[in-house]
Amino acid sequence: MLVSIIQNIINALQWGSFYALIALGYTLVYGVLTLINFAHGDVFMVGAYIAFFVSTFLLTTIGLPGWVVLALCIPLTMILTSMVGVTLERIAYRPLRKKGAHRLYVVITALMCGLILENANLALLGASRKAFPPLIEVYVYNIGGVIFTNLKIAVIITAILVFLFLQWVVTKTRVGMAMQAISYDKFAVPLMGIPLDQIIVVTFVLGSGFAGLAGLLFAMSYPILDPYMGALIGWKAFIAAVVGGIGDIRGAFLGGFLLGAVEILVVAFFPSTYRDLIAFTVLLAILTWKPTGLFGIAQTTKI
Amino acid sequence: MLRRYSVHLILAVTGGAIITMAYQEYLSLYVMSVLMFIGVNIILSTSLNLVNGYMGEFSCGHAGFMCVGAYVSSLLGVWLFAKDKVFGTAVLNPDYALYAFPFILLAGGVAAALAGLLVAIPSYKTRGDYLAIITIAANFIIISTIENIGAIGGSRGFMGMKRLINSMEDIVDLPWMPIWVFIFTVLCVWVIRRYVSSTFGKGVSAISQDEVAAEIMSVNTNKIKTITFMLSSGLAGIAGGLFAYILGYVNPGSFNIMKSTEVLVMVYLGGMGSLSGSVLSAILFTLLLEAFRFIIPVINDFAHQIHIISPDYDISQVWRWVLIPLLLIILMQFRPEGIMGNRELGDIFPRLKKFYRFK
Amino acid sequence: MQTQPKTNDAPVMEIRGLTQNFGGLKAVSDFSVKLGKNELSGLIGPNGAGKTTVFNLVSGFYQPSEGEILIGGVPTAGLKPHKVTSLGVGRTFQNIRLWNDMTVLDNICVAQHSQLNYGFFHSAIRSKHYLQREKEITEKAAELLNVFDLMKYADDFPKNLPYGTQRKLEIARALSSHPKLLLLDEPAAGLNSADAHDLIRLIRWIHETFDVTIWMIEHHMDVMMQLCTQIKVIDFGETIAEGSAEHVRNHPAVMTAYLGDENI
Repeated sequence: MLVSIIQNIINALQWGSFYALIALGYTLVYGVLTLINFAHGDVFMVGAYIAFFVSTFLLTTIGLPGWVVLALCIPLTMILTSMVGVTLERIAYRPLRKKGAHRLYVVITALMCGLILENANLALLGASRKAFPPLIEVYVYNIGGVIFTNLKIAVIITAILVFLFLQWVVTKTRVGMAMQAISYDKFAVPLMGIPLDQIIVVTFVLGSGFAGLAGLLFAMSYPILDPYMGALIGWKAFIAAVVGGIGDIRGAFLGGFLLGAVEILVVAFFPSTYRDLIAFTVLLAILTWKPTGLFGIAQTTKI
Repeated sequence: MLRRYSVHLILAVTGGAIITMAYQEYLSLYVMSVLMFIGVNIILSTSLNLVNGYMGEFSCGHAGFMCVGAYVSSLLGVWLFAKDKVFGTAVLNPDYALYAFPFILLAGGVAAALAGLLVAIPSYKTRGDYLAIITIAANFIIISTIENIGAIGGSRGFMGMKRLINSMEDIVDLPWMPIWVFIFTVLCVWVIRRYVSSTFGKGVSAISQDEVAAEIMSVNTNKIKTITFMLSSGLAGIAGGLFAYILGYVNPGSFNIMKSTEVLVMVYLGGMGSLSGSVLSAILFTLLLEAFRFIIPVINDFAHQIHIISPDYDISQVWRWVLIPLLLIILMQFRPEGIMGNRELGDIFPRLKKFYRFK
Repeated sequence: MQTQPKTNDAPVMEIRGLTQNFGGLKAVSDFSVKLGKNELSGLIGPNGAGKTTVFNLVSGFYQPSEGEILIGGVPTAGLKPHKVTSLGVGRTFQNIRLWNDMTVLDNICVAQHSQLNYGFFHSAIRSKHYLQREKEITEKAAELLNVFDLMKYADDFPKNLPYGTQRKLEIARALSSHPKLLLLDEPAAGLNSADAHDLIRLIRWIHETFDVTIWMIEHHMDVMMQLCTQIKVIDFGETIAEGSAEHVRNHPAVMTAYLGDENI
């Protein structure tokens, strides 16, 4: 009994780590711009593909050993993926924002960007799935019946480190404080001499960079890539971010892990086809009970 | 006099012309199906505009309600009037199918309207992006529920609706599907138009512009929200029913978020809070989607001729869903308020108002 | 549709022991007042004294922590704002809250929502009843606009009107459902002295023309002095003085509360 509980907790933490890492990208951008960046799930997918190309290139063309490839792959993937995110911001979102378009038109543009990423990938690389090359030796540990791999533990630790790092960035650094300031008052911030556009770019760099990291880890854990892998997981991560309380880093992680836990639990007790149904129902129930999410501040209307 | 009935006249002529051409088989099946999908898309975009444009909410799960309508009217129709492996023999004599069909569609609409409560009730307490999530979740829940009901085919889908259409055509030999699509499309736009132009329905805009003021100025906001969400999802359900009967086959996969996205695009392309914009953009978007079917092979041939792509790569139809979003992004950069903004045809061409009255 | 008052001689509005807590903060504490027919009364106090909170409680936007509010003898506890409004309460807002993308005429029409007496079904089939009601409502709205000399703006959007006119329109909208009680939340805020002077005349004229009790919040003491027979002063949610304008003006507690405020 206890063994299966611990086993499920580990599985839930690992599965939730992916949601958490993606959810934080939604939350960061939303916190600063109140923009639902619907392309973010596909940025995650692009991250996984970038990781695939970088690692196959380094492995086969240059012939580096696996651990060196991994060490190089992490920063390269993060940098390249964040460039994708920033490009989207520069060419699609920013011009609309400058024109003062209705917020929802930016959201629709984000949806369209997501579609382009998905389908351009499909069109250019074809429908065949890509198999991600193994980079490190995967060890399976069995402690008293609880089975886990070094990769699973690495994923969980990475997610926690990222959380601590971002929490530090947002609360302690100048950039993070500027981000918070923007979310409070978009109009006063430029007047205070804070460069709005630069802060927004930093936000996209952080969000997309960690989506890239999530893509790499996901590809290592489940080494089959396809162009639509980001769509469903992206939607789910977004809902997780809202359940946690969008705009709050803690909320994104809590929501991510919560969703991971719900899904693992469902699969443990029901047929796996019920996973989405029950997970979404639970999330809907939470949102109906606490409409602004677990960490969200209740909206107050002043008249 | 002419002004009063001009819209009726135009509609009657257009409808008559389309149906005559369908009857005489001047139009190919393909053209007919495109025309019918235009009708379905008009219902979808105008009904979503009611919520997203007029009421200022952000619902992104419209396809979920469409799904409910599609399944309920398909199942009901097949159960009542067709022999099927799920339900066995028909319950009623298939000769009545023709007269029952509008009610079957309406039943689908009612079921979808009830599903709309899934979103309407949370909307009392919350709005904006939080409500958007609830609509997305509702869409997933609906799809997932149907996928898990094995008896009606689960994710494989459900079919048998063609038999119903055949028995309708056996009774009176007319192209019934185009007729129903036309009637329900006109009916839908007409109901929405009447609703939003009544003082009662202007409460919807009041909620969108200042909900607090609306409530304090005696608008029963919860009631208006319920009615609006239910009307919107109910019409989506009717559109779903038509969609199912046009194809003769439904599966939950065709009502996923992707379909909802399409509807969202139509609404925002046309302009929030513009009914004529929604109609226009539904027509344009459907035609655009179909046009790319023909444009892409042309581009492919051309690209091969001038040797800019390698001979063993073909520009496939997948590119459609790269080019269309790209086109829309570019379009939005130039017209960030949609084709019509929040104006109607009559506001842009005031002279037109002399010639029609549509209420 | 309107709930009839239990007794005809009940005061237009009565508040008994009203208290409102926001978390630990007592925004309004043990507040009581009684307003009779055709009274024109004022509520003043420094910023943050809880004046608007009282108005929000009366219009049903908040539910009171303690105490009760009766409109024409009917308790409003548990009623949603639109229900309270249909009991006969109209109000304006500190920051103008007109529906800016709706014409001036529609603003007045929609504010009569509680008196429509038809629903979705009628609007869809355009029944005789619907057409009749729609005609009556539009006529009533047009009449009101005429009386307020706003008819020339009927097809304009409120956001395009001058500020003073918007204030006036908001008052007209509040009166469109023929309330027995009109709550004015700082109607003179943001007006220049000429406009404020017009406003005084307008309020006095409303008071004389319409059969309505007016209760207003205002910072401009001169406006209050000229209009109100009865003034109540609150600070930190507590009533600190009440009586005629002259009496209130010279009250020591009021002087202390307002010290440093230029308006007095």
